[in-house]
Amino acid sequence: MATMRHTDLRSDEESYTGTSPARLLTVAVLAAAGTYAAVRWSQAKEPRRPLDSAPDRTHSKPLRRDMTVVGRTVTINRPRSEVYTFWRDFSNLPKFMENIEKVAPTGPGRTVWNIRAPLGQTIEVESEVVEDKPNELIAWRSVPGSDITTQGRVSFRDAPGGRGTEVEAEIAYSAPLGEIGRLIALIFRREPAIQSRYELKRLKMLMETGEIATSRNQRQ
Amino acid sequence: MRALTWQGTRDVRVETVPDPQLVNPRDAIIQVTATAICGSDLHLYDGVIPGMQAGDILGHEFMGRVVEAGSGSTLKVGQKVVVPFTISCGRCFFCGKQQFAACDNSNPVEKQDATETLYGHAMSGVFGYSHMTGGYPGGQAEYVRVPFSDVGPIVVDDSIDDEKVLFLSDILPTGWMAAENAALEPGDTVAVWGCGPVGLFAIQSARLMGAEQVIAIDHHPHRLALARGLGAKVIDFEQTDVQEALREMTGGIGPDAVIDAVGMEAHGFTLDNVVDRMSQAVMPGIDRGHALKEAILACRKGGRISMPGVYGGYVADFPLGAVMEKGLQLRTGQTHVQRYSRNLLQRIGEGEIDTTFLISHRLPLESAAEGYRNFGEKQNEWTKVVLKPGGRSTNGRGPQPGL
Repeated sequence: MATMRHTDLRSDEESYTGTSPARLLTVAVLAAAGTYAAVRWSQAKEPRRPLDSAPDRTHSKPLRRDMTVVGRTVTINRPRSEVYTFWRDFSNLPKFMENIEKVAPTGPGRTVWNIRAPLGQTIEVESEVVEDKPNELIAWRSVPGSDITTQGRVSFRDAPGGRGTEVEAEIAYSAPLGEIGRLIALIFRREPAIQSRYELKRLKMLMETGEIATSRNQRQ
Repeated sequence: MRALTWQGTRDVRVETVPDPQLVNPRDAIIQVTATAICGSDLHLYDGVIPGMQAGDILGHEFMGRVVEAGSGSTLKVGQKVVVPFTISCGRCFFCGKQQFAACDNSNPVEKQDATETLYGHAMSGVFGYSHMTGGYPGGQAEYVRVPFSDVGPIVVDDSIDDEKVLFLSDILPTGWMAAENAALEPGDTVAVWGCGPVGLFAIQSARLMGAEQVIAIDHHPHRLALARGLGAKVIDFEQTDVQEALREMTGGIGPDAVIDAVGMEAHGFTLDNVVDRMSQAVMPGIDRGHALKEAILACRKGGRISMPGVYGGYVADFPLGAVMEKGLQLRTGQTHVQRYSRNLLQRIGEGEIDTTFLISHRLPLESAAEGYRNFGEKQNEWTKVVLKPGGRSTNGRGPQPGL
């Protein structure tokens, strides 16, 4: 059946080639214009939908225009306090965040993060903890003067059924204009979504198994 | 060390590669004493599984001696162990539910994207089975690095012959889980497509689980004879109409459970199979599912489909309507090997299960390529190939103390 229909279609096309190309073009333009009008009309008629229960960052169209938001949730089969305590000690972050070279304290609640960038560059972000609820939430943001503007929060919830802890990390960022901004955009526009996914999976491996899985056969 | 490496479709070679080292605390290094070629290795050999890279070491059925153990390993140097093909951390939600083949932590993070995109969730790690399952160097080699060695390997007594326990690594528990997934009830008939190693062990297991009647379907006379030897009735699909025969052999009801132990490279000159074969040649990921389709049509209403056969992508013309309208249950998955190791080792020790009948050929590791070619091409006679490393001097690693 499919083959027959295909043949029919082709014979139609062949009969059209007998008419002028100008007529074909007219038909195409009219069809396109009609489709465009119909789509615009249906969009105008569509009422604004109430927000659903899903996290903002999972909406098909971004809800925030000023910053890009990425995030991911992972369930870690360890008690909430243990996961929180591990994360709260920022010097642990380079253990599962591969593009973070080091995190060093600069003052109460303040740390400097050295982040690897392409072409051997390093960017420096000084961040301050803006909210810290033990075993529940840690939020931070970059202080003015950092190479990029970023803010992040990680929350810890008991997973249902004794499955451990649901860790949800969300990072919002915007790169300023200028040469450094361009460089940052290059790595951050696409990468943070992948990076945060990798980092949370590594954190999970480390917390659950004590090591990070690798198929490498040699120590490096 | 010497190891069998994949170089391309139907091109495998034994080459000298660097010895493995302990990398993570829970690792152990195993000196391989026996390793087998699995039917699923033929899928890699035939190039129908994506994610292979030239130089990958194959092999996921292996056993040997512990020669090094990391600080987090519970193994001791000198112990004899059989290693499950699935790599499982033992600590995640899935391992806690004994769904070891669904382990969340054994596939390296950067290797998870492919299956997360393809299947919705990342697969766990498997030895020697493409980069979709971690790109772990496999066991058709002199030495293997075994991650999470405190969870996977099962220690066996020195006095037990390698060949009696080697298949605990994959095909015996796979056949066992296939029969378990058939959820047999008293009086049940189970039909098994494919009398390769997994099919034969599924037959053996179904008999032990009390199946009233086991019917085996294949076209290789020798393999059908092995099935008959295990107590199955047999159907040769080259001389018999399978659908009609199964209906007549079950009082018109159909088998209560069907087991597809064939998977993605079904044989037989049927129209759907020929079309699927052509698609598969053009693009990996298109699976030939003739045996599965036939099993679904044969299965009685309200019956069970157990699917140990390996599929990687899509099956054309899948009879989903028959699954729904007949109310069939489908159970499948990579084998949760660690769930069955102890039980099956005990049954082997007590003489209840013997797996050595299956081995048709024993070759040195150096002849592995010949083993692959013949296992693929002469399936009637070559039922199972066991490779023995150590035919020549090893590279660098000398004899270990305590062996």
